[in-house]
Amino acid sequence: MSTVDVALRPREEAEARLPLVVVLHEWLITVDHKRIGIMYVLLGLVFFVVAGLEASLMRWQLAVPDNTVVGPDTFNRLFTMHGTTMVFFVGMPMMFGVANYLVPLMIGARDVAFPRLNAFSFWLSCFGGLLLYFSFIGGPGLYGAGSAPAVGWFAYAPLTQRPFTPGTSTDYWILALLVSGFGSVAGAINLVTTVFTMRCPGMRLGKMPLFVWLVLMAMVEILYALPVLTAGQIMLLFDRYLGAHFFDTLAGGSAVLWQHFFWFFGHPEVYILVLPVYGIASEIIPVFSRKVMFGYPMMVAATLAIGFIGGSVWAHHMFSVGLGAPVNTLFAATTMAIAVPTGIKIFNWLATMWGGRIAFATPMLFSVAFIFQFLVAGLTGIMLAVVPFTWQMTDTYFVVAHFHYTLIGGFVFLMFAGIYYWFPKVTGRMLDERLGRWHFWIFLIGFNMTMGILHFAGLLGMPRRIYTYQSGHGWDTINLIASLGVVPQILGVLIFVVNIIVSLRRGARAGDDPWDAWTLEWMTTSPPPEYNFETIPVVRSRRPLWDLKHPTDPDWRHE
Amino acid sequence: MSGASAAATWRLPSRGRAGMVALLVMESAFLGTFVVAYLFYIGKSASGPTPGQVLEFPLLGTVCLLASSLTVALAVRSLRGGRITLFAIWLLATIVLGAEFLTGTALEWYGLIVRQGLTIGTNLFGTTFYSLVGFHAGHVTLGLLLLILVWIFTVFGAVRAEHAERVELLSWYWHFVDAVWVVVLTAVYVVSR
Repeated sequence: MSTVDVALRPREEAEARLPLVVVLHEWLITVDHKRIGIMYVLLGLVFFVVAGLEASLMRWQLAVPDNTVVGPDTFNRLFTMHGTTMVFFVGMPMMFGVANYLVPLMIGARDVAFPRLNAFSFWLSCFGGLLLYFSFIGGPGLYGAGSAPAVGWFAYAPLTQRPFTPGTSTDYWILALLVSGFGSVAGAINLVTTVFTMRCPGMRLGKMPLFVWLVLMAMVEILYALPVLTAGQIMLLFDRYLGAHFFDTLAGGSAVLWQHFFWFFGHPEVYILVLPVYGIASEIIPVFSRKVMFGYPMMVAATLAIGFIGGSVWAHHMFSVGLGAPVNTLFAATTMAIAVPTGIKIFNWLATMWGGRIAFATPMLFSVAFIFQFLVAGLTGIMLAVVPFTWQMTDTYFVVAHFHYTLIGGFVFLMFAGIYYWFPKVTGRMLDERLGRWHFWIFLIGFNMTMGILHFAGLLGMPRRIYTYQSGHGWDTINLIASLGVVPQILGVLIFVVNIIVSLRRGARAGDDPWDAWTLEWMTTSPPPEYNFETIPVVRSRRPLWDLKHPTDPDWRHE
Repeated sequence: MSGASAAATWRLPSRGRAGMVALLVMESAFLGTFVVAYLFYIGKSASGPTPGQVLEFPLLGTVCLLASSLTVALAVRSLRGGRITLFAIWLLATIVLGAEFLTGTALEWYGLIVRQGLTIGTNLFGTTFYSLVGFHAGHVTLGLLLLILVWIFTVFGAVRAEHAERVELLSWYWHFVDAVWVVVLTAVYVVSR
C-alpha cells in the first residue's frame, strides 16, 4: 500500500492548487460514490444545525411558563420544520451519505451500480431541502397565510385540506418531500443493486460486513414504504388542486386513511434511519473490543426480522384513533414482537464486548452510550405498545422523549460515532481525541438532561405541541432543566464542528488503517483513490484484513 | 491459488436485472396504495354516479393489453436469436396493441367526463377511479414511449442481438404494467361493479 501512497501524493497536491471554481465544478459534476457520500453527509450536517436551532428556539420558549419568545403560529412552524428537517434532511442524507461512501468500499467494488443515478439522487435530496426552506420566503402565497408549513411533520388530514391551510405553505411540505422522496427511492434501488451485483469475488452474502446487511435491509424498507408516502402526498395534491376528495371529510373522505398511509411509511422510516446506524455499531464495537462480532448469523436474522415485522406495526401510532380492540390487539402484538430482534442485537453487542480488550476511543464511547440510550428507548417503546398506556400517554412529552431517545440517543449518537471512526478514511487525518471526548461527555449530559427529564413531564400530563403553559401544573422545574440542557448540546456540537475544521488542517496523519480494523475499506489508502482498489480484492472470510494480517491463523478456517 | 480460482468462477446477477426488480418492487408499493384507496372507498361516495351505473367492462382493451405481453415476449425471443426483422414486427404489434388499449381508456374517459359528467371532483368514486386508472395508464404510456423508441432505433438499424437483455428488461416493465392491469381490472370493473 505504501507505494500507492507515494504515487498519489503528487496528484493530491496538484489538486490542492486548482482554483476554487474548478474544484467546485468538479464536485458539482462528480459521479464518484465517495464524493457524493461526503456531500450527503455535509448536507445532513448543515440541516442538523438548522433543525437544532429550531429545537433550541422551542426549548427557549418553553423554558418558563407564559413565555413570549415566539408566538403560537411560529411555534407550529418550528415543530413542523424541526421534525420534517430532522427526518428527511438530516436522517436520510446522513444515512445515505455514510452508506454511499462505505458500501462499495466494504464489498470491494469501484463504485455503486448506477453512478449517475446516484448523483441525481443526491441533487434531488439537496433541492428538496432547499425547496422546504424556501417556504419561509415563498410560503405566504394567497391570503398571506403563514410562511413555513405548520401542519406537523405527519401532516394529518383534514388540516391539510385547502379550507384549513390556504396559501402554499403546506404545498412546500408536500413538494419538498416528493422531490427528496424520488431521490431516496432511486438511491435505494441503486444500493440494493450494488449489494446484489457488485460484490468482489468470494464475498458471498454470508460474508458481507454487517453494515452492508443493515443498509441492504433499510433500502428494501425504503422500496416498500416510501412510495406509499409519495402516493399519499400525490392524493393530497389532487385534493388541494384538482378538487379530489381522498382526505376531504366533508365529501366522505377519511382522515384515518391518511394516517394509515402516513404511518405505513412513517414507522418503517424509523428503521430506515436506525438500521444503518446499527450497522455502524456493529462495525465499531468489534474493532474496539478486539473481538469478532458475536452471533453474526443471528444479527443477520434479526435484521431481516426487523425489516419485515417493521412493515406490520404502523397502527401503534393510531391507538387513540379508535380502530377497535381486534386491530389494536394485533398491532400491540406485532409491536412487542419487534422488540425481540432488537433485544437480540443489544445482547449481541454486549456479548461482543464481554471479555474483550475494550479501547474507549471516541467512536466506542458514542457506541456504548448508544446501547444504553437505545435500551431506554426500547423499554419506553414496549410501554407504549400497551394500548391503555398509550391512551394515557399519547401526544404527551413521554412520547416525545421516547422517540428522541431512539433518534438522538440512537441515530445521532451513532452518526457521531461513525464520523469519528471513518473520518480518518475519508480525509486521511484523525479527528482530535481530546476534543472528541469533550464533545461526547458534554453532549451526553446535555441530551439526557433535556430528554431524560421530559419523560416525567409527559407522565405529569404535559401535552406536546403546546406553545406555552401556565404555572402550577408541576411542569415548571422540569421544563427549565430540559431547556438548560440545550446549552451543553449546542456546546457539544460546536466542539464537534471546531474539531472537524481543525483536524482537517492539522489532524495527525491517519495512514490506511488507524484502528487496526478488519473490513475492506481499511485496505485501500486514506483517502481512497477514485477507483477505490488497484486490484479488486478476493475475500474468504468476514474479516478479510484479519486474514491478511494473520496468514497463519486466518478466519476462514473457523467460519 | 484459491483466490484466483474463486475470482474465475465468481458470478453475480446483472445490474440491469437487479435494478429492474427493485424498481418494480417500488412501483408495486406505489400503485398498490392507489388500489387500497380505491377498495377502501367502494360504496362510500356521498353522491352518484356509482361504478355500476357508468362503467362497462373494457373487454377489447384488456384482450389487447394481455396479448401485448405475448407479442413482446416473442419480440425478445426473436432479438435474442438475431432475427431483427421479426423482432421489429413483433415489437410493432406490441406497440399497436398498447396503443389500442390506451385509445380504449381515452374513449372511456371521454364518455365518462362528457356524457356521464363524472370527474375527479364529482365524488369519491371519481376521485379514486381517475387516480388509479390514470396512474396505470400513465405507466402504460411510459412503457409505450420506450417501446416506440426501441422500434425507431431498430428501424434505423441500431438494435442488434447483443441488446437483447436491455430490451428484455423493458419487457419486464411491460409485463408488470400488464399484471397491474389485472389487479386494477378486478378491483374496478369486477369487485366495485
